[in-house]
Amino acid sequence: MKILVCISNVPDTTSKINFTEGDTKFDTNGVQFVINPNDEFGLTRAMWFKEKQGATVHVATVGGAQTEPTIRKALAIGADEAIRINAEPTDGFFVARQLAEVAKNGGYDLIIAGRESIDYNGGMVPGIIATLLDMNFVNTCVSLEIEGTDAKAVREIDGGNETIATSLPLVIGGQKGLVEESDLRIPNMRGIMMARKKALHVVEATDAPTMTADVKFEKPAAKGPVKLVDAGNIDELISLLHNEAKAI
Amino acid sequence: MKPDLFEAPDYYHLDDLLSEEHLLVRDAARQWVKRDVSPIIEEYAQKAAFPKQIIGGLAEIGAFGPYIPEAYGGAGLDQISYGLIMQEIERGDSGVRSTASVQSSLVMYPIFAYGTEEQRKKYLPKLATGEWMGCFGLTEPNHGSNPGGMETKYKDMGDHYLLNGAKLWISNSPFADIAVVWAKNEEGRIHGLIVERGMEGFSTPETHNKWSLRASATGELIFSDVKVPKENLLPNKSGLGAPLGCLDSARYGIAWGAIGAAMDCYDTALRYAKERMQFGKPIAAFQLQQKKLAEMITEITKAQLLAYRLGQLKNIGKATTAQISMAKRNNVEMAIKVAREARQILGGMGITGEYSIMRHMMNLESVITYEGTHDIHLLITGADITGHQAFK
Repeated sequence: MKILVCISNVPDTTSKINFTEGDTKFDTNGVQFVINPNDEFGLTRAMWFKEKQGATVHVATVGGAQTEPTIRKALAIGADEAIRINAEPTDGFFVARQLAEVAKNGGYDLIIAGRESIDYNGGMVPGIIATLLDMNFVNTCVSLEIEGTDAKAVREIDGGNETIATSLPLVIGGQKGLVEESDLRIPNMRGIMMARKKALHVVEATDAPTMTADVKFEKPAAKGPVKLVDAGNIDELISLLHNEAKAI
Repeated sequence: MKPDLFEAPDYYHLDDLLSEEHLLVRDAARQWVKRDVSPIIEEYAQKAAFPKQIIGGLAEIGAFGPYIPEAYGGAGLDQISYGLIMQEIERGDSGVRSTASVQSSLVMYPIFAYGTEEQRKKYLPKLATGEWMGCFGLTEPNHGSNPGGMETKYKDMGDHYLLNGAKLWISNSPFADIAVVWAKNEEGRIHGLIVERGMEGFSTPETHNKWSLRASATGELIFSDVKVPKENLLPNKSGLGAPLGCLDSARYGIAWGAIGAAMDCYDTALRYAKERMQFGKPIAAFQLQQKKLAEMITEITKAQLLAYRLGQLKNIGKATTAQISMAKRNNVEMAIKVAREARQILGGMGITGEYSIMRHMMNLESVITYEGTHDIHLLITGADITGHQAFK
């Protein structure tokens, strides 16, 4: 089984978020980047397939040279080869188009992408890849087992889970549940040393239209000061909730 | 203890100077400390025990001999990687970093640099995986800053050496499998010997009741007519320069490690100051607290630059003993001052085990003393710039 794990290079969850150029661009100054958590759950599940079922695991990302530490980490965790598509990601279609092109040429049986990246939260990439390649697709996937070409996937749905029988070739949109946070791996020194020798292919981007453009980013409004109301003064509390907070 | 919310300060964007591999190594160590050290370290420090269960993890992140070549089980990393690993481990606890420093710089390094090929092959791979732990015996009860006056000695008995003497303040001694011991031969020349646990007449009593490095095991090495096989002598360097060469490597690691302790104290104090409300606003809004925090980040940033440049020099083999002394002295004093100021910001909370600050502060009292005291390092700089030794 040949698996492609699509990896997005996203700001660490503790990053301070700011925008530049008239609030149209994310300010990367001083920001640390990590493997998108939804992709990391998928990568860790792919490592399980590698170790238990002899799968080959490749990782791919769309980004400039600055994303290489992130994919090198995936190699240090255990992926066999990495592909960097040398282009700045613009929107979901552009990214999916690039990844689909790599996937088509690589002959993968299973493509794992995160359900969404935690920066722009588009949530479109795995679905568009599946459409472009005409492959089966399971989104919000919280469990995946493969036997031969048969796949059993569990999908998270509102208030519960749905178990689906499908087959390879398959694209999944992965998330927590594929593995748990405690299963995530820290690259060990042996892995880091081996990663030095593993192939990191840089391929040029395929022509693809950018369908959307960022017009403006806004941060949530800052929280106002807290007003403390005396416990006995219910009338004032109701008045504030009604007239000021307009909550009732 | 509170959950580990550490966010590393990088005010001058030093990460931009680090290579992809540096970042990978550093972040792996950082993640490991958060996952495996932070949740347990306070408990072990309180009960004065070394958490032996983390030895495997230390080996996994490359803390044992990261710059030793791959052929001997090391990782073949550069000196900046070694420094970054030490920084991250000491961010967790100086005692744990001490264990790693000793294993790497004081045990693996002399075997690699001064040992025979047979010694390298016998010891280094097992030390790199943590299967064997080592310690280093230089300091004696009567000889601290003046190691050249050591009394431990050995005699050539024809088919073996007979070792007698005692060493004190030895990190890892209570559980170490081997000890690299410095002793004088009959001509008074200092040589290194590898002494193995189980050799008759060799004992390692533990030093109790420390108020510092409580999560690290410290003890003595006592040699009473210990028969050491001749093949256990490190043949390729002798004289005081041999152990001092190991100390250069360990002190370099400490210069980075102390930054880790300071970063943790600063980060804790900054978070606390932003959350702690007094007189209707966070204490971070008061000038006196801002002065403390601003000075802390300034000093941490300067120390980071010092360590980074020293790492570059060490990578090309140009870092001098005096340059290493300057960085060890400056960075440890910086860290101890940051710990004390951070403790002030936390008020009473700062003295409890809920936060790491007081543990770091007490640990650093050892770090400022061992591997060359604060004063001795000053005199090394003094001698270097004036040409006059003022040690004695």
